[in-house]
Amino acid sequence: MTDFSRLGVAAIRDGVAKGEFKAVEVAEALNARVSAAKALNAFIVETPEKAIEAAQAVDADRAAGKPLGKMAGVPIGMKDLFCTEGVQTTAASHILEGFVPTYESTVSANLWKAGAGMLGKLNMDQFAMGSSNETSYFGNVISPWRRNDGSTAALAPGGSSGGSSSAIAARLCPAATGTDTGGSIRQPAAFVGISGIKPTYGRCSRWGVVAFASSLDQAGPMARDVRDCAIMLEAMAGFDPKDSTSLDLPVPAWEAGLNSDLKGKRIGIPKEYRLDGIDEDIAKMWDNGIAWLKDAGAEIVDISLPHTKYALPAYYIIAPAEASSNLARYDGVRFGLRDLPEGAGLQDMYAATRAAGFGEEVRRRIMIGTYVLSAGFYDAYYTQAQKVRALIARDFENAWASCDLILAPTAPSAAFGLGEKNADPLSMYLNDVFAVPASLAGLPAMSVPGGLSKEGLPLGLQVIGKALDEQAVLNAGLAIEQRSGFTAEAGEWW
Amino acid sequence: MSQYRIQGNTGEWEVVIGLEVHAQITSESKLFSGSSTGFGAEPNSHVSLVDAAMPGMLPVPNRECLRQAVRTGMAINAQINRWSRFDRKNYFYADLPQGYQISQLYHPIVGEGAIEVTLNEKDPDSPTKKIGIERIHVEQDAGKLMHDQHPTMSFVDLNRSGVALMEIVSRPDISSPQEAGAYLKKLRSILRYVGSCDGNMEQGSMRADVNVSVRKPGGELGTRTETKNVNSIRFMMQAIEYEAQRQVDLIESGGAVVQETRLFDPNRQETRSMRSKEDAHDYRYFPDPDLLPVELDDAFLEECRASLPELPDAKRARYEAMGLTAYNAAVLTAEAETAFWFEDLLAEGVDAKQGSNWLMSELFGALNKMGKTLDESPVNPKQAAELLSLVADGTISGSIAKQVFEIMLETAAQGNMMGAAAIVEEKGLKQTSDTGAIEAEIAKIMAANEDKVAEYRSGKDKLFGFFVGQTMKAMQGKANPQIINDLLKKALG
Repeated sequence: MTDFSRLGVAAIRDGVAKGEFKAVEVAEALNARVSAAKALNAFIVETPEKAIEAAQAVDADRAAGKPLGKMAGVPIGMKDLFCTEGVQTTAASHILEGFVPTYESTVSANLWKAGAGMLGKLNMDQFAMGSSNETSYFGNVISPWRRNDGSTAALAPGGSSGGSSSAIAARLCPAATGTDTGGSIRQPAAFVGISGIKPTYGRCSRWGVVAFASSLDQAGPMARDVRDCAIMLEAMAGFDPKDSTSLDLPVPAWEAGLNSDLKGKRIGIPKEYRLDGIDEDIAKMWDNGIAWLKDAGAEIVDISLPHTKYALPAYYIIAPAEASSNLARYDGVRFGLRDLPEGAGLQDMYAATRAAGFGEEVRRRIMIGTYVLSAGFYDAYYTQAQKVRALIARDFENAWASCDLILAPTAPSAAFGLGEKNADPLSMYLNDVFAVPASLAGLPAMSVPGGLSKEGLPLGLQVIGKALDEQAVLNAGLAIEQRSGFTAEAGEWW
Repeated sequence: MSQYRIQGNTGEWEVVIGLEVHAQITSESKLFSGSSTGFGAEPNSHVSLVDAAMPGMLPVPNRECLRQAVRTGMAINAQINRWSRFDRKNYFYADLPQGYQISQLYHPIVGEGAIEVTLNEKDPDSPTKKIGIERIHVEQDAGKLMHDQHPTMSFVDLNRSGVALMEIVSRPDISSPQEAGAYLKKLRSILRYVGSCDGNMEQGSMRADVNVSVRKPGGELGTRTETKNVNSIRFMMQAIEYEAQRQVDLIESGGAVVQETRLFDPNRQETRSMRSKEDAHDYRYFPDPDLLPVELDDAFLEECRASLPELPDAKRARYEAMGLTAYNAAVLTAEAETAFWFEDLLAEGVDAKQGSNWLMSELFGALNKMGKTLDESPVNPKQAAELLSLVADGTISGSIAKQVFEIMLETAAQGNMMGAAAIVEEKGLKQTSDTGAIEAEIAKIMAANEDKVAEYRSGKDKLFGFFVGQTMKAMQGKANPQIINDLLKKALG
């Protein structure tokens, strides 16, 4: 009997299409795995009936000889940032606890249309703010990975899409949606040894996705290999007139275009990413990655992205600024939590509701964002950060004169232990140092497994591409995947 | 234009006024959602997920609202900005679901323009003044709070939430309540001509924030106050009068004007402090990251320009050129409603002079008596044209026309208006040009009034009118007045 937990998106889709097994069998098997993995705390809500329903529809379509969608029969996890009709959507916050949307986000609707089914809503950092999943109101997700020293210390699955990364690495689902504002797909993918791509800003509609920082938020797929990411991205992406920043362009056939022959491609290695005191394992993995891409036919060139060091500070002004405004709608008036102390007026209700409903990190970012937009500080912070953002984008533009893709580490270290960094927000923010520049420039960027650290934990390599050139990013990711020989898996301890 | 001065104990004071007019843009749907903008619907029946700011909802600009703002800008000869952008104005209030209003602070769609106002537009000799307009930007309206629905709670109606407004910001070029009134009237007239706002202040489609300060003539500008949401021209003029006087009294008694937001109470005809600068909001404006900048291309601008109607000043000049008196031309063009009615009348083939005289004396008189506006007129331009054509072709006289018009109104009030021609037919009101019948009556009248005939012949020309009246009376008003004139002159010698 097939172990469905070992099949990826392509394998399930093809097996269902060929009639090797029924979609319902897959859904049942994965439903069982999800419900048996509560120790990971990867799901906020489990929706086994949704997974079965979608699978039955696919099986019925196949029996009737109807054409099947790109994701037909594939059960997936849905990050709890996507509004799902009739299913609680919380962004892992208390303030939205119990909120059941009457509408379906464009991206999730696209996936259901393509024949995917929903196993449940995935845990995450609250409002996508965090790099370790420790800001979730529903408790932190635990990575299925453990260090190779025999310790049972719980490790961070990365964030904010940590429920997604943990669930995929633990083979609860073959793929899941993620969202990436400043690394929230790539860093968790790196931490658990899977792949994930943040497409060009505007490829995936933001309609129905709880907003964190509108000018940066971008949905993307997370899966166990590059092909699966390509398939799922095709299903998620597309122009949406309901999102003014959506790109009005056809969706390329990324899966069909996969080609790991990189002859003629120039890969830029940015010297500014080689930080002083760079982790030895990370440096070694990066060198390996360079060698693999050379082996795949690419030419390696040194490049400079001179404003890199300003990216993180600029990001931590722009993202909180937008968030402070985006999160103003959570006021206890129309939906979600309402805290109305005895005799309280309107302003008291706002204050009580928001104090009770937002976690510490969310409150911190609202405060930062409010501060940088305040009269008298706006120019010094927000305007300045926007200028830096333009310079970062120009750095990349200049780099494209001498290269087609950029290779860098995804994160500066392997997964850290839960509780290790949450006392110091700055050291937590540094996790995003390699991920943030591509976010600020709106460029497609992908993380693929690049090896293991000395402690036996996964490390990720990041490929950054030109705007709209997801194909080149995926192809380089595939070339790495074919050469890295990454087969390590987390032990099933739960 | 006007020398408006407040007499204080320390001498004369000058008033400096600037207006921020909020005009609801005429459009089917809201600025960033597909919800209806209809007035008077059940509370919360015109609310989309976007208007209610549900999680994950995004604004999509309504091109028609931008088009109307651009057309309005063109109508005041303003600079149209091909590149503009929406900003968020952040503050918490129960009528603002998003927690921010989408507006345009840094890059408005319309820049510098001006309108020319006349203190009394019906007086052709009234002096004119150019009032500068600094900008027009487009923004969302807020919802409405209802405090009388529940003993301890306020209710929120989001029907207006997200409706498109133009904020039209004047320069502080206005120096009297009368000028402010004339400016608002002219602005409303232009908006109605353009069709970008219905100008209906009672329904709240147009309201003004009034900035007032006082200074010694020609001196430094004083500290201003802003009186919010004034919803009639009369109230606005009262608010300015009160506020200017209050400021003068305050300064002269040793106090200082505080920069603050005030409210006008129409019942007590006074302004009251709402909040001072110290607790003014910090709105934390920043560009809305959900929206792309608005870029206008040549084709769009050309369409906007081509779709503009003839505007009041141009129309007025044209009417004068057509031979109307300056007074008539001014009255007919002051309000779009009147001008459009008159144009319809002309389109029915009515002579401009005859039509304008009739409209301004007969129709306005009748409407006045009935307490109705032109929009509510029981007689439409086509029906009026039928009546006027009977006069023009000599079928009835002017005085018979008055009777016919009265019958038209009476039958209209009864619910089934008779047309002018039908009335003339049924009542036998056709005027006669039968010279024999008229001559016979003239002879009788001259015989009965020999003394007056003698007086007339000895030079008392004024008596001619007496004979005309008598003859017309004898003919029961149905004689052609020109023929009466001719025959009388011949008979009286």
